[in-house]
Amino acid sequence: MSELGLHAIDLVTLAMDFDAGASPERTVEDLSRYAADQAPDRSAAEHEHAAGWVLENLLNVGSADRGFRAVYGMTGTDGRYERRDFDFRLLEEVPGADGGIYLRASNEAVNVLVGALEVDIESAQIAADVRLETLIRRGRLSDAQAAAQAARYRTIQYGEMLRQRLEATSRDVRTVDWLTAMPTFIAEALEHIEARCRAENAILVNITEARDTADTPVRKQQAAALVGIVRDCLRRHEQLQAALQNAGRRFRAEQDRQTFAPQPMRADLDLHAQLLQPALALPVRDADGVLAAYFTRVVGLAVRPALRLADLFTLLVTPPAVREALGSEIEEPELSEVAEVPRFPEECYEHLEWLLDLDVEAPRRLSGLLEEARELHPELPLLVVVRVLALAAQEIGPAVRHGASSVLLAVDDGTVLSDPEFAGADLIVARAGLITPAEGDGAGPEGAVVGALSRDLMPAGRERGAA
Amino acid sequence: MSAADTAAEASRLVGFGLRPKLVPSRDDEYRRLVRRFRSDDEFATVTAAVARGLDLVILEVTERTGVVVASTEESVFAIRMTDYARRTGGDGKAHERVLHALAHLGAATLAFPRPADLADETYLGRITAQGVEAFVRQASTALAETATAEGADTDPSSDRPGLEAVWRVYKRRAQTGATGDGRKLHTSTTGIVSKALAFLADQGLLVRTGDARGGTYRTTPRYRAQVREAGAIMFDELLALGITEITDGTGTLTAVEWSPDDIAKL
Repeated sequence: MSELGLHAIDLVTLAMDFDAGASPERTVEDLSRYAADQAPDRSAAEHEHAAGWVLENLLNVGSADRGFRAVYGMTGTDGRYERRDFDFRLLEEVPGADGGIYLRASNEAVNVLVGALEVDIESAQIAADVRLETLIRRGRLSDAQAAAQAARYRTIQYGEMLRQRLEATSRDVRTVDWLTAMPTFIAEALEHIEARCRAENAILVNITEARDTADTPVRKQQAAALVGIVRDCLRRHEQLQAALQNAGRRFRAEQDRQTFAPQPMRADLDLHAQLLQPALALPVRDADGVLAAYFTRVVGLAVRPALRLADLFTLLVTPPAVREALGSEIEEPELSEVAEVPRFPEECYEHLEWLLDLDVEAPRRLSGLLEEARELHPELPLLVVVRVLALAAQEIGPAVRHGASSVLLAVDDGTVLSDPEFAGADLIVARAGLITPAEGDGAGPEGAVVGALSRDLMPAGRERGAA
Repeated sequence: MSAADTAAEASRLVGFGLRPKLVPSRDDEYRRLVRRFRSDDEFATVTAAVARGLDLVILEVTERTGVVVASTEESVFAIRMTDYARRTGGDGKAHERVLHALAHLGAATLAFPRPADLADETYLGRITAQGVEAFVRQASTALAETATAEGADTDPSSDRPGLEAVWRVYKRRAQTGATGDGRKLHTSTTGIVSKALAFLADQGLLVRTGDARGGTYRTTPRYRAQVREAGAIMFDELLALGITEITDGTGTLTAVEWSPDDIAKL
């Protein structure tokens, strides 16, 4: 089990790159393969179960913190013996960009792998390099492989540090010291990459040589594995270098976004400096009261329902409204037929037909029509006016399309109507004959109609002249 | 209008304040009462008295936000931390309560990162659950680094858990986690923050705008008023503990100002 545990940490650490961590499913899969190597005679389901169990225990699922606590005792500076808690985690779950959960190995876990505690990354790396080179030179390849792996873990730790600082910067540039600490860190990291690349390329040449000149298959295989590890190291360095080069640009972009925003109009409470930081620094005992005071004010109010027994009874006995799956039936609206009463008596329309049945060659004035209409029926003049006004807006196009032989027109020639009931222009009412396009000069229907009109309006002009 | 009628209208206005999702622009009666409050001093006095009788404090009356009332700890309308933490499934211990309250404070801090944002009536903050979580974690990490630099990073005493610093409690708690049935772990810090934001949205103080990054929310003008009040109260509490000192008026509020020289050095 402990081997499985170490292997799990190893898997997660190797899968950790700059952005994401290891996916839990992949880790369990790889781990169960390792378990299968350990116990080939057991079923695959059992391997998977064991892998899942190991992963859960490394996460310490079940505890509220999902971490571990070791209690140790020591004698303090004042000579008193005191027990203290050491909290640590091996694997931790972090949210990924896609909303899923990924695993990352904690610093403590990486240290477990390297077998060292509280080591300065930089110096540990140099030591590892020297050791690796020596080991290869002496031909102790299995030790060299372990050293190469250790070097790789260090590189991953470096990347993790940078990632954390960049993330903090994108949240608030002020939380990371970009004035001295960050430039120094970046310079160190770049220097580190340069040195590492040089060292690893040299090692790579050495191992490739060792691989090609190896005399036993086991040594050949070991050397080949080493080549793979060192290549992976180089790849990771490139990744780290790209991230380092982008760091300055990212900082400037974040600074533009955060620092050059509009200046404060008037100062208010600084939540971060005045409340959050002091609260985090407080001991739990004191913070409890302080934060509770904040909480009660900020979350608003809870309005407790005040219920009367009578209302409750009504509420309980009211049957729930049954909703049909397809919704209620739509009722056809009942529409009553309302017969429209004609505005004018029937005989008026007959008289109108007769009145307006004009000869194509003999247009008439509105005044003349009105006089005649007044004799026929008292309401007829109004109907005549309505009809004639509509004729003034007559459209010729539709009439042509419908194949009508003639169309009624009303034309205003400027004469003023003198009538006891109506006022306005004394329109000329004419029936214009329509020439079908075939009969015309072939210029198309519109041209034909215009030709017909100009001819038909001639008599009107003559009549005006006569008047 | 008789004194009784005035009292009835004042009470109705306070009643509107108890419905945080209702805004004057949606309700004619509400709008009329808000206008009356702002123009009629006597009415305003009576309204304040009604609120006082209910152990409430009127923070703001505008046509934009309506009546913003905050409860004092004695009020029947107050939501107490103990009830909240118990309802969220925690075991109701001080450690648990502190984490829940920190989630709320962190949300407000990220929603109004600069003091001016809190003063600006038109400012709308945007926060995500994961953002708030990472923000508080980062603040804790910064404190841990400071403690290490000062050599004060000693592990907490096992016998006196109450003396453990809050940032340790936060850092110790898992960031996120999966439960056996595929849900997210609600006792993780992300779970606690999500709960806090969803609760604020229920209370009409935040508006949920999307599901990205654990849930995206924007603030409401009402939330700004509440945060200002709560912040001031908390500041007083801290002051009573002797934590924050008031200096010459500029206080600790100084932001890092970048001169062109500093930038050139980068």
